[in-house]
Amino acid sequence: MLSIKNLRVSVSNKEILKGINLEVKAGEVHAIMGPNGSGKSTLASVLAGREIFEVTSGEVKYKGKNLLKISPEERAREGMFLGFQYPVEIPGVSMLTFMRTAINEIRKYRNQEPLDSMQFMELIERKKLLVEFEKKMENRSVNEGFSGGEKKKNEIFQMAMLEPTLAILDETDSGLDIDALRVVANGINKLKTKDNATIVITHYQRLLEYIIPDYVHVLYDGKFVKSGGKELAIELEIKGYDWIKKEIE
Amino acid sequence: MNRFIEIFEKNKSNLISDNSDYLKILRLEAIENFKKTGIPTTKNEEWLHTDIQKVIKPEYAFSLEPPKIEYNIDDFFKCDVPQLDTYMFVIINGWFPQQLKLINEYENGLIVGSIAEAQKKYPEIVEKYFSKYIDNANDGLSALNTALAKDGIFIYVPENLILEKPIQLVYIVYSTEDIIVQHRNLIVAEKNSQAKIVICDHSLHFNKSFTNAASEIFVGENAKVDYYKIQNSSNNTSQNTITQVQQERSSKFLSNVVTLHGGFIRNNLNVKQNAEGCQTNLYGLYLSDKEQHIDNHTYIEHAFPNCTSNEKYKGILDDKSEGVFRGKILVQPDAQKTTAYQANNNLLLSDSASVNSEPQLEIYADDVKCSHGATIGQLDQDALFYLRSRGISNEEARMMLMHTYASEIINKINIEPLKERMNDLVSKRLRGELSRCNHCFIKCC
Ligand SMILES: Nc1ncnc2c1ncn2[C@@H]1O[C@H](COP(=O)(O)OP(=O)(O)OP(=O)(O)O)[C@@H](O)[C@H]1O
Ligand SMILES: [Mg+2]
Repeated sequence: MLSIKNLRVSVSNKEILKGINLEVKAGEVHAIMGPNGSGKSTLASVLAGREIFEVTSGEVKYKGKNLLKISPEERAREGMFLGFQYPVEIPGVSMLTFMRTAINEIRKYRNQEPLDSMQFMELIERKKLLVEFEKKMENRSVNEGFSGGEKKKNEIFQMAMLEPTLAILDETDSGLDIDALRVVANGINKLKTKDNATIVITHYQRLLEYIIPDYVHVLYDGKFVKSGGKELAIELEIKGYDWIKKEIE
Repeated sequence: MNRFIEIFEKNKSNLISDNSDYLKILRLEAIENFKKTGIPTTKNEEWLHTDIQKVIKPEYAFSLEPPKIEYNIDDFFKCDVPQLDTYMFVIINGWFPQQLKLINEYENGLIVGSIAEAQKKYPEIVEKYFSKYIDNANDGLSALNTALAKDGIFIYVPENLILEKPIQLVYIVYSTEDIIVQHRNLIVAEKNSQAKIVICDHSLHFNKSFTNAASEIFVGENAKVDYYKIQNSSNNTSQNTITQVQQERSSKFLSNVVTLHGGFIRNNLNVKQNAEGCQTNLYGLYLSDKEQHIDNHTYIEHAFPNCTSNEKYKGILDDKSEGVFRGKILVQPDAQKTTAYQANNNLLLSDSASVNSEPQLEIYADDVKCSHGATIGQLDQDALFYLRSRGISNEEARMMLMHTYASEIINKINIEPLKERMNDLVSKRLRGELSRCNHCFIKCC
């Protein structure tokens, strides 16, 4: 589904990703861990199409297509989803307008009829249940005044609405209380099928107790320096990153 | 400009013939003032960024007679806001249509009609307010208007009358030659009255024109006036508008100026709070592209205690268009407990668009709450990316952000159908479609 080969990325002439390789297949869950500033969010942003990052070399294929050539919106319409580490507040744009525009633009791209108000409201209610979003958030402006945890829940709510093929979740677990973490993790698991794939970026092994990864990759200074199964996350939790640093040096 | 002085001298008898002494003296004084002040140049501090000299062309025709051009008056009345029932009037090249009843007196006491006619018919009312507030002494364009404007609108809302229906004034520049247009308007809202006024500025044909419009608005004690202006003339038009507002005790005045089209616009909006307890709300939205030049100058004078003013102007500027905002707030020594807020925000969509924003606070009282601020920025790239990352096209995402930005001003419109219409026109404008009203016959841009 996703194939990254020797990806190098710079911003303001500073190289941040220094040769990334990754293969993700349908049905898989990959976890990316790594110290602050190692480039995790940069990788996520580049995959979602953020233009401020300059790809200096390498290739990325998504469903067989050259991902780097297509716009962020087209990536989303092709089933990519980025759960933001820092969701953006957009005062004045209601969640309803936002989601309705997004859903209907995606449907149009797929040659489907737009949802009418009734169908759309039904969908909203159903998906809110999935992430246990009780509050009447749909009339509020996008993320405006949402608490840190609510913002993260909102990302999963949007993911539930859009049902992506490849979801990249950037620290969706940070800032969540224990109950919210369980809810969010359950939501992600419920959305899991054999046809989609998930990349979770996290600092904590705790999330991976709920969402069992098939692979764990450690990103360090712009490169994957170690990959393994879910036991790698546990090892990291115990030993910290120093252990890996020493191993490299 | 000698040309206007010559015109005055040549037509002196016409200009002052059937007028009362009051108006005669006014015109004579005004032309003397104009001789001294003239048309402002960019050396004048108030006109640093707006060169009005260049849009008042000597070759433009200037007439002191009503337009002789053929038109079907009914066509103009198609210009409306659906679901909005109004008292509607059309002013063509500054003139009340001569074939219509020049003065309309309604059962509820409202009077609307031609100012020239009102000067003859109600001298006692007109002379009490006419040219009492406008600054003929220092502003050349005000003096020019007082000296040479021959017609315009007169609105009189008597004491205690609360108008449910808005009064809609459609100003049209309609000419097959390049012209100069002037009109002079007087709106009087007496004690305890309430009125909503909606002004639509349009142009027909694609000739060039310069309009110098002056309006005086008197808001009596405890009266309330909402003044909405939609500027939607072709980019071949240039205009200077002078709106002078006088507020009496506990009165409320709201202005909301939305500029969609128009090549060169200078709006001067001056408000004097002449007693305690006044509330003033000034809002503005300007959307410009190509080579448009939009200048909003506002001036609020707080002269008495316990008054408030709230001001917000927002602009979205594209291409090579230029914006100017200069908002002055003067708080006189007696104006204790004044609350005055002012903000001007601008979004620049291109590198060649520019804006000159200059808030000015002059405060001589000590117990006041005042703030002002100006911002110039671009569309929020993080928000844009967030929207796009959910499948929304770049175009649509930009539209959403710009529309949201603009809607803060549109939402201050207190007439629901007008608000909806403006939302629609603003969307069309932002999409680069002609922001012509749906049922409108007038091809204004
Ligand atoms: N727009 C930018 N301009 C300059 N430097 C940037 C920019 N974006 C990211 N960086 C730098 O790139 C490096 C990687 O940042 P990134 O956000 O990808 O790290 P991360 O692994 O997600 O860290 P964290 O765990 O703290 O979220 C950091 O040193 C950061 O300062
Ligand atoms: Mg990060």
